[in-house]
Amino acid sequence: MSIDKETARRVAHLARIEVADDQLEHLAGELNGILGFMEQLNEVDVDGVEPMTSVTPMRLPRRADVVTDGDQQAAVLKNAPDAREGFFAVPKVVE
Amino acid sequence: MSELNTLTIADARDKLRAKEISSVELTEACNAAVAASDALNAYSVKTPEAALDQAAAADARIAAGDAPDMCGIPLGIKDLFCTKGVESQAASNILSGFKPEYESTVTAKLWDAGAVMLGKLNMDEFAMGSSNETSAYGPVVSPWRRDGSDTALTPGGSSGGSAAAVSGDLCLAATGTDTGGSIRQPAAFTGIVGVKPTYGRVSRWGTIAFASSLDQAGPMTKTVRDSAIFLSAISGHDAKDSTSADLAVPDFEAALTGDIRGKKIGIPKEYRLDGMPDEIEKLWAQGTDMLRDAGAEIVDVSLPHTKYALPAYYVLAPAEASSNLARYDGVKYGHRAKLEAGEGIHEMYARTRAEGFGPEVQRRVMIGAYVLSAGFYDAYYRKAQRVRTLIKKDFEDVYATGVDAILTPATPSAAFGLGEMKDVDPVKMYLNDVFTVTVNLAGLPGVSVPAGLDAQGLPLGLQLIGKPWEEADMLNTAYALEQSVGFVSKAAKWW
Repeated sequence: MSIDKETARRVAHLARIEVADDQLEHLAGELNGILGFMEQLNEVDVDGVEPMTSVTPMRLPRRADVVTDGDQQAAVLKNAPDAREGFFAVPKVVE
Repeated sequence: MSELNTLTIADARDKLRAKEISSVELTEACNAAVAASDALNAYSVKTPEAALDQAAAADARIAAGDAPDMCGIPLGIKDLFCTKGVESQAASNILSGFKPEYESTVTAKLWDAGAVMLGKLNMDEFAMGSSNETSAYGPVVSPWRRDGSDTALTPGGSSGGSAAAVSGDLCLAATGTDTGGSIRQPAAFTGIVGVKPTYGRVSRWGTIAFASSLDQAGPMTKTVRDSAIFLSAISGHDAKDSTSADLAVPDFEAALTGDIRGKKIGIPKEYRLDGMPDEIEKLWAQGTDMLRDAGAEIVDVSLPHTKYALPAYYVLAPAEASSNLARYDGVKYGHRAKLEAGEGIHEMYARTRAEGFGPEVQRRVMIGAYVLSAGFYDAYYRKAQRVRTLIKKDFEDVYATGVDAILTPATPSAAFGLGEMKDVDPVKMYLNDVFTVTVNLAGLPGVSVPAGLDAQGLPLGLQLIGKPWEEADMLNTAYALEQSVGFVSKAAKWW
């Protein structure tokens, strides 16, 4: 599997990272180098091997479904680049 | 009294309790060392006044008796840990100016125990790197230099600020985090001890996430004893981290008897790499002899999937990172890009992330997005998860034969020069993690112990890999190794 310029554009979009058009070739080259390294995994026979989902054999703990925290609006908004009237503010989304 | 900043945690604790010194005196000595250390670029934020307040409170607690071991001990904190009201940026421009409204569990435990924060420590951006050169604050310079040379060397990464600060006596000890070797590799490069605990031993809550199934925080210290003391203070169950283990925390220091008679130490043949420097090979053989002389039984073992650990890691870690780093969108905290007329929220997301993330982080986020995308998920991500199962099974099989710990080199070389790896393929830099990354994939504890100097006078480390939850036994073996090696070298002060 090899990444061309168009795939690089798509990957950058998926990652929501702006990449200038004239940088896409270079990016594709870099990504191909890393993916080439990963191709070694194809040498491994993984038939019947379960994919690991948890490194320690444990069940995720459950907790009571109750409110344990809250009333932290000011703290939540404290670091926002733009907060107004108790909300995060962003550029207009709906025309 | 001078040079208090060169004390170990254990010695400082004993002197504090004996009232030979105060925490304020100790903290003043560290503050002075930190203030004079700008050439190393180890600290990204210095908090000398808050440190003195904490030290005064610690002195009061010590005077009242019954103070914990870490009470009054001045520490450096890696920038990955959220510290309330103090910049916590993961060395990234995307978190520019971020001051958390909360405290990470690890640091909260340390402050509850009376420890003192000297400041925040530089690191690779989002802990992605092996040389500290991906930091938005610029690289850390190692206190160590090659004999007769003033070439600036890397302290390793990603916990490079922590390693430089501990080895340069800019604190008594520091926190680090380790996703693929980020505690053990810099510890080895700077002649200090670094411990990656069993996955789940230390809470991840409030530590900025890189790859959640691999990340663990741990101590970086001057001695094995100090690591044992420090690890006891930060370990334990935390309801705020669902992967934190609900297991009792042993007294790790009490386990340090130095008696390893009858212990079985495995030497894995797959860690003998082609082209490995003779010095590393020799160091490994010497360490093996030392453990044998101390009464351990040495056995050859095989970890057949070792070769596939790095490629599996470089699928899994970026995949998790691309998901974890999705939260940096210019809305909730940190940097937001400026928009031109007519641009909207999509441009805001993409430009914010292009401006805020450095090149290595961008690369990994994009690789992660690719291996998780429709059509490639099975070929890369699921495949790597399966290989991870096999890598863990390799260790289980070895431990099932009665092996207590595994001895390996910590790194494939000594520290390299800053900028030396600049123009090489990113994959080349990844090879730094070749001996450490298996441990994260298998969720095991590992420790790097200083084991000698190379021909140019630079530190080299050996790694011990323990059984899950057996940090106490692993640290005791590390202690026996430390006693045999008798490593006392320090970097000559030039900064």
